[in-house]
Amino acid sequence: MVEVLKRLTEARGVSGNENEVRAIILELAAQTGARVSVDRMGNVLAEKAGRPGSKKIMLEAHMDEVGFLISGILDNGMLRFKTIGSIDQRLLLSKRVLIGESRIPGVIGVKAIHLQEPEERDKVFPQKQMYMDIGTFCREETEELVEVGDYASFDSRFVRFGDNKVKAKSLDDRVGCGILLELLKETHDFDMVACFSVQEEIGLRGAKVAAWHIQPDLAISLEGTTCADIPDVPDHMQTTRQGKGPAISFMDNSSISDRGLFRRMVETAESHSIPYQIKENVAGGNDAGCIQKSRGGVPTLVVSVPCRYIHSPSSVMDLKDYSDTLRLMKEFLKGCETR
Amino acid sequence: MKEFLAELMDLPGVSGQEEEVAKRIAGEFSGYCDEVRTDRFFNVYGIKKGRASGGNPVPRVMLAAHMDEVALMVRDIDENGFLKVTKVGGVDQRILLAQEVTVYGREKLHGVVTTVPPHLQETGDTRKVVKMKDLSVDVGYCAEKVRELVRIGDLITFCNPMVSMQGSMVNGKSIDDRAGVAMLKGVLQELDSLSFEAEVCAVATVQEEVGARGAMLSAFQAEPDIGIAIDVTHGETPDASPDDTYSMEKGIVICKGPNMHPGLTERILETAREYGIDCQISTCARPTGTDARSIQVSRAGVPSILVEIPLRYMHTTVETLNLDHLKMGARLIALFIASLKEGWQEWLKY
Amino acid sequence: MKELLANLTGIYGPSGNEQRIREAIENEIRDTVDEIHTDALGNLIAVKKGSGKKIMLAAHMDQIGLIVTNIDENGFLRFTNVGGVSPFNLIHRRVIFGNGTAGTVGYETEMEDMKSLKRNRMFIDIGAGSREEARKCVNIGDVAAYYAPMAECNGRYFGCSMDNRAGCAVLVEAIKAVKQSPNELVYVFSVQEEVGLRGARTAAYSVVPDIAIALDVTPTGDTPKTVPSAIRLGAGPAIKVMDSSIIAHPMVKELMIRRAEEAGIAYQLEVLTAGGTDSGAIHLSREGVPSGVLSVPCRYVHSPHEMVDSGDLEHSVELLVKILEKGI
Repeated sequence: MVEVLKRLTEARGVSGNENEVRAIILELAAQTGARVSVDRMGNVLAEKAGRPGSKKIMLEAHMDEVGFLISGILDNGMLRFKTIGSIDQRLLLSKRVLIGESRIPGVIGVKAIHLQEPEERDKVFPQKQMYMDIGTFCREETEELVEVGDYASFDSRFVRFGDNKVKAKSLDDRVGCGILLELLKETHDFDMVACFSVQEEIGLRGAKVAAWHIQPDLAISLEGTTCADIPDVPDHMQTTRQGKGPAISFMDNSSISDRGLFRRMVETAESHSIPYQIKENVAGGNDAGCIQKSRGGVPTLVVSVPCRYIHSPSSVMDLKDYSDTLRLMKEFLKGCETR
Repeated sequence: MKEFLAELMDLPGVSGQEEEVAKRIAGEFSGYCDEVRTDRFFNVYGIKKGRASGGNPVPRVMLAAHMDEVALMVRDIDENGFLKVTKVGGVDQRILLAQEVTVYGREKLHGVVTTVPPHLQETGDTRKVVKMKDLSVDVGYCAEKVRELVRIGDLITFCNPMVSMQGSMVNGKSIDDRAGVAMLKGVLQELDSLSFEAEVCAVATVQEEVGARGAMLSAFQAEPDIGIAIDVTHGETPDASPDDTYSMEKGIVICKGPNMHPGLTERILETAREYGIDCQISTCARPTGTDARSIQVSRAGVPSILVEIPLRYMHTTVETLNLDHLKMGARLIALFIASLKEGWQEWLKY
Repeated sequence: MKELLANLTGIYGPSGNEQRIREAIENEIRDTVDEIHTDALGNLIAVKKGSGKKIMLAAHMDQIGLIVTNIDENGFLRFTNVGGVSPFNLIHRRVIFGNGTAGTVGYETEMEDMKSLKRNRMFIDIGAGSREEARKCVNIGDVAAYYAPMAECNGRYFGCSMDNRAGCAVLVEAIKAVKQSPNELVYVFSVQEEVGLRGARTAAYSVVPDIAIALDVTPTGDTPKTVPSAIRLGAGPAIKVMDSSIIAHPMVKELMIRRAEEAGIAYQLEVLTAGGTDSGAIHLSREGVPSGVLSVPCRYVHSPHEMVDSGDLEHSVELLVKILEKGI
């Protein structure tokens, strides 16, 4: 399970360019015996039918991550770029990236501190002035390797450290994908559709299209969510806490969870003694928001693994939270069977 | 295309009130289409069927260019007969001072956006941008007469018929995106001399400027397999960053980014290379501010591409365009459509 | 109308928690309609059958509120907003939870400049001395609404939730007053409008109307030095031309104007640069639904004391009935 998560997080899949992750998910989902397909927007669907006439439950996680789009090549060979998805521009400086299909290594550099005026050190360096350096010396050299319109992602390895912790990029939402792949190994008496969506980070776009053609009776989105239990964040803004188990959302910026589903999820956690927490802040949006509004409406719920430092190349998660989230979902789905 | 564009630019068609310009477009399309229809929101659909070979399913290709323009709307009439106005779409209010406008009340009225002469201004006033609430339109009548002729909600367009400049450059208002609509006509015209299989649905959409709304409705209705949006993008000017602007003479612009289907985008670029049509590449890291945004996520999804025409001074009354780009774009899109033959579904795979 | 309005504005129902207001409205109209049901998101949908065009009327039942996100060790509740709630409208206001727990809103007074007042520097005080004590009455995820029972003065009513219990009241009265209609009338009391027009969107998809009219309130421009608007309290129901969510379909707008003029009802035309209503979501459903909005002018929208005019309410009902009773 940890190996799968390593593969998933190290794969590249910036919104609009999810090919690498899609290939891994297609491979692993097919191994579970599910019927696998790719829809018109690139979402991966893995279906396991239940009894005829049973409910259709959609379980969803998004494959895409935040990243970059190359928007220009300078005369000196360096690259201009735009950010895809919401990234704090302050964390971009001095990071490694991988560009294009061939994974050309590059850096987002900034002039050395020795060369800065004192006032400069206190000012945020605007993203529009940043550039990527791939080690070439002129435009022509760069043009042989990189094209305008290529996608780039953070270069960040999966590392186990500390007390059962993991650092990686894109825990939001490869953790959701990893859990879905595990859940696909089971079979239930209801129709289960696992949907690995594209383009969540730029407006919940893949899930909108997926929900339309899947037409589920209910849906649960699995996310990697804000966990800000770090110094300088007041208690009431921390949202979730590491080590306290899966976070169940009553509301976020894109949806209010279905009350019935929320209650059942909490009851499942309590009756199976699985640690859980209620996501405390109304923060962030996710695919449940657009699934809920699809066609005539779909009851939805969001369950998340707490991840620190999301939307950065160094997110951190506690593996126990990951396995507890999986456990909770397994028990919940068993409880959805009709007896 | 030039004459059609000039005519279109003169017709009123503010977002939400496109009836008049829609009629003209429907009339023009009927010369090139098998069927033309207009829906309840005034989206105009021109259907042109190709000739299918063998039993292969033909692709339904939806082209979209928006007919609505940004402008103003009457939001109140003050006690002296001056009209208080609000924007419809992204009008830059800095361009409004001293503009001439047409007010579409019970009659067409000529109007002028009021300005305070320099003699009466306080020092420092000229350094501040005028706020919308301080602007008025003077139609030259007393309050009573104004109230007879004008109602809250009436639309106000700018006056600037097309003017030719050097070479093939022209300027005027609402080139965004009447140029795109003119290009639709150009595509339909070009298709007359090509052999193609696809079913083409050329749609002049409404209400793009307020959120690509017409495209939502028309894509839902048309249920296309492929979407091609045509809109304008920013032409190079000294005051804008080269990253976001494109040359006015280096060719038609094709957009790359998550809103665009990567396979189809490559295909249209190949078509351009094959036929020697110059292209520039633009990038957009998020859903584009065009009809493509709505088309891509319609129903079960529609693989989409975006063709852009460089335009200087967008959303002003002096938008500037290179007419050569219209011909290039029309030709490119027509050739691309003609290239959709057996096996086209493969291009849509990921 | 006065009793109905006083009753409806006093019923708890913030977005996502509309059960009680839905029941109350269902009780009011059940005997007047042919069918009634609740959909997956909680919208109340009632049908009065007919053969002509299908008209959807939508009035949102949800209110804005405050949702508890954290309970500190001293029993103070941290919260965030459900729908548009300005921090300045909250200072020392009385709020009430679904189970009747009452509280007042305080803020971190060590702040030097009121301009830095934000929701995350505020808290609800329910008088509990500790987290345990607070948990006996309130949980994270519970939502509080304004508490401001309706009052009357000079023919005007004020209190919380005129947005949109006034719209609901107008629709309820119209439902009861419509004697016959050549049209099929689908009445939707929608949920979650305040958090993004969500209920109306899914309801429109299922109903598939030929045209739609939303009932809502709209801000006036008749108080001292306020954001300019031509709308005035007491000058009659407002017919929407445009707001940020919709440009009213000319056919529907003209129809509403015609019916008002035929019946001699004074009306106002409304152009807003901000704000949205259920019609914003409805008109974009499927292939598009020509839609409009009939609004009750209202002062101090989204504050605890919103004010409407009794004449405007009566005339709104009158106009709506005239629209429904005739052909489209």
